[in-house]
Amino acid sequence: MTTSTRGAAKTPAVLVLEDGRIFRGRAYGAVGETFGEAVFSTGMTGYQETLTDPSYDRQIVVATAPQIGNTGWNDEDDESGRIWVSGYVVRDPARVPSNWRAKRSLDDELERQGVVGISGIDTRALTRHLRERGSMRAGVFSGEAIAAEPELLARVQAQPHMKGASLYEEVATKEAYVVPAVGEKRFTVAAVDLGIKGMTPHRMAERGIEVHVLPATATAEDIYAVGPDGVFFSNGPGDPATADGPVALMTAVLERRTPLFGICFGNQILGRALGFGTYKLKYGHRGINQPVQDRTTGKVEVTAHNHGFAVDAPLDRVSDTEFGRAEVSHVCLNDDVVEGLQLLDQPAFSVQYHPEAAAGPHDAAYLFDRFVSLMEGQRA
Amino acid sequence: MPKRTDIQSVLVIGSGPIVIGQAAEFDYSGTQACRVLKAEGLRVILVNSNPATIMTDPEVADATYVEPITPEFVEKIIAKERPDALLPTLGGQTALNTAISLHENGVLTKYGVELIGAKPEAIHKGEDRDLFKDVVEEVRRKTGHGESARSVICHTMDDVLKGVETLGGYPVVVRPSFTMGGAGSGFAHDEEELRRIAGQGLTLSPTTEVLLEESILGWKEYELELMRDKNDNVVVVCSIENFDPMGVHTGDSITVAPAMTLTDREYQILRDIGIAVIREVGVDTGGCNIQFAVDPADGRVIVIEMNPRVSRSSALASKATGFPIAKIAAKLAVGYTLDEIPNDITQETPASFEPTLDYVVVKAPRFAFEKFPQADSTLTTTMKSVGEAMAIGRNFPEAFQKALRSLEKKGSQFTFVGEPGDKEALLREAVRPTDGRINTVMQAMRAGATPEEVFEYTKIDPWFVDQLFLIKEIADELAEAAELTGELLAEAKRHGFSDQQIAEIRGLREDVVREVRHALGIRPVYKTVDTCAAEFAARTPYFYSAYDEESEVAPREKPAVIILGSGPNRIGQGIEFDYSCVHASFALSDAGYETVMVNCNPETVSTDYDTSDRLYFEPLTLEDVLEIVHAEQEAGPVAGVIVQLGGQTPLGLSQALKDNGVPVVGTSPEAIHAAEDRGAFGRVLAEAGLPAPKHGTATTFGEAKAIADEIGYPVLVRPSYVLGGRGMEIVYDETRLAAYIAESTEISPSRPVLVDRFLDDAIEIDVDALYDGEELYLGGVMEHIEEAGIHSGDSACALPPITLGGFDIKRLRASTEAIAKGVGVRGLINIQFAMAGDILYVLEANPRASRTVPFTSKATAVPLAKAAARISLGATVAELRAEGLLPKQGDGGELPLDAPISVKEAVMPWSRFRDIQGRGVDTVLGPEMRSTGEVMGIDSVFGTAYAKSQAGAYGPLPTKGRAFISVANRDKRSMIFPARELVAHGFELMATSGTAEVLKRNGINATVVRKQSEGTGPNGERTIVQLIHDGEVDLIVNTPYGTGGRLDGYDIRTAAVARSVPCLTTVQALAAAVQGIDALNHGDVGVRSLQEHARHLTAARD
Repeated sequence: MTTSTRGAAKTPAVLVLEDGRIFRGRAYGAVGETFGEAVFSTGMTGYQETLTDPSYDRQIVVATAPQIGNTGWNDEDDESGRIWVSGYVVRDPARVPSNWRAKRSLDDELERQGVVGISGIDTRALTRHLRERGSMRAGVFSGEAIAAEPELLARVQAQPHMKGASLYEEVATKEAYVVPAVGEKRFTVAAVDLGIKGMTPHRMAERGIEVHVLPATATAEDIYAVGPDGVFFSNGPGDPATADGPVALMTAVLERRTPLFGICFGNQILGRALGFGTYKLKYGHRGINQPVQDRTTGKVEVTAHNHGFAVDAPLDRVSDTEFGRAEVSHVCLNDDVVEGLQLLDQPAFSVQYHPEAAAGPHDAAYLFDRFVSLMEGQRA
Repeated sequence: MPKRTDIQSVLVIGSGPIVIGQAAEFDYSGTQACRVLKAEGLRVILVNSNPATIMTDPEVADATYVEPITPEFVEKIIAKERPDALLPTLGGQTALNTAISLHENGVLTKYGVELIGAKPEAIHKGEDRDLFKDVVEEVRRKTGHGESARSVICHTMDDVLKGVETLGGYPVVVRPSFTMGGAGSGFAHDEEELRRIAGQGLTLSPTTEVLLEESILGWKEYELELMRDKNDNVVVVCSIENFDPMGVHTGDSITVAPAMTLTDREYQILRDIGIAVIREVGVDTGGCNIQFAVDPADGRVIVIEMNPRVSRSSALASKATGFPIAKIAAKLAVGYTLDEIPNDITQETPASFEPTLDYVVVKAPRFAFEKFPQADSTLTTTMKSVGEAMAIGRNFPEAFQKALRSLEKKGSQFTFVGEPGDKEALLREAVRPTDGRINTVMQAMRAGATPEEVFEYTKIDPWFVDQLFLIKEIADELAEAAELTGELLAEAKRHGFSDQQIAEIRGLREDVVREVRHALGIRPVYKTVDTCAAEFAARTPYFYSAYDEESEVAPREKPAVIILGSGPNRIGQGIEFDYSCVHASFALSDAGYETVMVNCNPETVSTDYDTSDRLYFEPLTLEDVLEIVHAEQEAGPVAGVIVQLGGQTPLGLSQALKDNGVPVVGTSPEAIHAAEDRGAFGRVLAEAGLPAPKHGTATTFGEAKAIADEIGYPVLVRPSYVLGGRGMEIVYDETRLAAYIAESTEISPSRPVLVDRFLDDAIEIDVDALYDGEELYLGGVMEHIEEAGIHSGDSACALPPITLGGFDIKRLRASTEAIAKGVGVRGLINIQFAMAGDILYVLEANPRASRTVPFTSKATAVPLAKAAARISLGATVAELRAEGLLPKQGDGGELPLDAPISVKEAVMPWSRFRDIQGRGVDTVLGPEMRSTGEVMGIDSVFGTAYAKSQAGAYGPLPTKGRAFISVANRDKRSMIFPARELVAHGFELMATSGTAEVLKRNGINATVVRKQSEGTGPNGERTIVQLIHDGEVDLIVNTPYGTGGRLDGYDIRTAAVARSVPCLTTVQALAAAVQGIDALNHGDVGVRSLQEHARHLTAARD
């Protein structure tokens, strides 16, 4: 146990939103400046997974749970090789981590990775502001980066918008790699990395799948070179409207009727490949308590979400697409947002949320089994 | 899928009297459930013997039976009402056990009643330790996680002793099966302790079964609250982490929501296990609570237990999250699914989600060990607390410090001044979990203990320990700072420091700190509990304070009335006061006011966000109340603050609120003083020409002796300024008087001891009345069954009074009116009288809602608290009569002759407490109140009503068998007649030699049995204590005298408690019991709902 770091934590910091609202607090993590889209995440656990989720690239994440860092940082729960959030906003950071797996404090890890944060602000007021006005560009400035408010605001307003941002290439792996099946290998899956979380190939591997994770720039030839039983499109950051490459790639897979599964960004790409539109949600879904109904069974699952965009598909009817009939398979009961799509005439489906659930509840893990069934069905 | 159409009527079983481990939370849950079911168009039939509950208000159910919750009485209700279904999951262990009995004895099948909410199989799987172990094993197979502590089931002491070897030695945990609130469980460190605890456990368990378990002392402890619907949708409503590690009952632990020290991986493991458990047990429509222990070294998870029903923790979870578990459980039970039920707070999202918190909740228990000085104050796996306070803050220190000050008990807040003491000694003391251990820990830290040392001694998680250090460091900064700057003050407030704490540290007055703070513009804002961390807009104004930036209190136009609640339940101030506050809220809402409730007790109906227009979940200190008043005055007009319904807590704030310019409505602070101050009250009595017992005040033994000599022994002595008769004693001689003065530590010139003439053999009378300045409405007159000298809260009483005539009532009415007028009451007043000889003495007057208001209201079918609230805001008795809130004519003093008789009986917590040798504590009643709750028996004649009250409180009176009688000399004369009656009813009498001799002389045969002090006889004749333990005594009459001869009585009475044999400790109770036995032996005892009683009474009145 270390002693107080309160002295150091008194460095002032300021959060500036593009609409001019300003919150003053204290520096947390690295001191300096950072920019991104301010979004709030309502999970009470799982900050390590959240911070390392590539889908949060270029976002300043506001933790609505006030006490953050209590369990420190361990060597096992990262969802990728680094922290992706561009900034972190918390109310009351832990001074001492307590967990048998903790290796260091969250504060230290943020600083080590150069992630600028702010603490001690009214995160609830900020969340309510974002809820009412929508997610928006923001900047966090601490120490010497602090300047007069108009200047800081100008710098925030000069940043690019999330709408129209193409980010998946910057977070995806540059080199293909293989996640071996746990136990007996039963299937091979080509997973297109658009910002994939570590838990996703792990969940597949647990089911006897050897996962070939391919860069976002992979071609159809690259995919079929691994001899896949199924193809997977991962989650990832940015506006799906910019993802013409992945959409074209998926179209090629659909044409070959290979069993297909998509998560999050992958769901939006399936939507676009089927001819549906995508749109930006006012403030998105970010949390691990979202009720989603599986419309095929009527059952409700509590699920992990992290999406600022959604697919625009009709809830009340089956749609005809280039690849046969498609329907909305899952819907969020809070706001009727499309949370899943499935093709009725060929083996392809996707969900907008996170069945790999890291962080989050495991209710939707059955979707990986569904993927396995599709691959089994294709073989039979 | 909508609700079931095959259920038209449902019987709901309540939890009965408030006892330790089963308290007001079941009124909260039950009220919610009944309302929901009624709103669904079902006929709701309710049985609950506890009159001090909102759920037994006639509006809440269609047929409300205030009858004993025993299988016999519930069967009578079923036979009469023929409900389609029985919902047993909302009335605690009492309801569950009763339902299981009715299932097992075939009553449910006989009348075609379906058990909904939890099936018998599920109840057994959840509660039977063996079956539950299988459940956990199956869960481990499915999820790969969770296990049971290694354990053995034992049915005999031999099993127990062998079991310890199987587990690998001491310490072991002993847990009796099927007992409530973990009654009878504990840690055994050696064979002696084991024999004692397991012996009791075998006795307490209805299945004579105890479980021995490996010790997991010091592990982290967690709870999850889950709900499941018929479509197998499961949600986790809340996670709770115990600040006190394993070894302390969760009801006695400081607990925190959400869990603070779990990573997501570990939390999801608990969640997976929890879901698998609820499925495996088969709770198909409703909620459950699951407790876990986690090894802090490696995360090994042990599933401790589950409750397949709504519980104390689920009430806490509901208040902590805004997710109303009981309400939703009731909807699920009648066929809805979670996704069909809207979330009340957002109104647009469904209940099939998991609440997420953007604040921290801390619950702290409130104990009453001062009432049981013999009891061992070590906290164990048996629950001993009598109430709890909850606080919400934006961080842990804020919520924690608010919770500690909400306890409203001297020394409950951290103090940072004075010498802390010796570090080593403090750390050693902190090893033993006790009430206030946390303060010892803080003092050890002040004395230089390191975080590592605190963890080593207490096993409190290092994160929590660091939070304590954070609090201490801020206190140090406050102490060291040259000046109290805005930044420092804001920092302290953000960490929950009260103005009073800051004042103490800085050597200032509290009001000075407040002035400085206000001058610096540092005030709290109010945030909303919204289930969703602000993801969606909240429609329900459920607030807590925080020192943050943005307040969410919306402006309003209607005038508001702020009602101050009563804080944590404690002995002497419990659910009865919450009842009055809730009624005030309802009545004032009907009268067009916006109602604002302030309270910090999570168990109550008042802190249901549905009760008032606005709810502030805040401590009831002057500082916190002033800030709320300020916030509400900013929001719109405030018509007034009501302080006289929540008991002594808000009443004590009255003057200070007025001094701060707050409009206190109802009885003025000056009038309150006139009733509470002995001198002022004496003048009121003198002016009205009313006698009070002779009295005086003393600060030394000499003075006390002089007073006692003048007024004559016995005298009633007590410290000044105490509640609930704390420290009160009847002193029969000078020796004891000297000892009392010597033992009393709090006597000083400003706190003299009060010496009153004790009225031996007087009848004590309680009166509840309303006064509007012009007209008196006599709410009810209660005649105590026990003589004066036994605290009114512990005494049984009857309404209407059974031995008082019209002339007596007339005198009582005149005296009550004179006092109400003299004091200046506007609202309720409660007066205690004693009738000795032919003189009516005034013992005391309380210008507020009393403990008996709900009882009086139910017995007379008149809502007194509602009327009081209206009078506080200016309505008159005449207006309320015209409106119909009060009867058109007449009042509670002139009930028709055929009005039903209601008997209130107090319920004592004896069985909960042991001294450090493990012996029970004595059960003698006295002037200090020690009961935790009450029941009501209502019937057309006194005997039956009394018998029902006994059945509701302690189990049915015996109608035949063996009665043991041993009474003090002064009671021997009055015992003869009832003893003869017992014989006439076929009882065989046993008595100690002295009593037997008196009986013999009066022609009554009694077998002489050996006293405990005489030991076993030469031919193996057993003593009375052995006979009781062997189950050969059915009724015990044992009255104590002073301190002499107490020890024998002590053993008899503690044996009676251990074996649950009815034990009467006054001759008046014996006389009443004889009437009850007579009623039971003559004809069938029927059941009648309050609605039927009220119809009858109203018809008679008109």
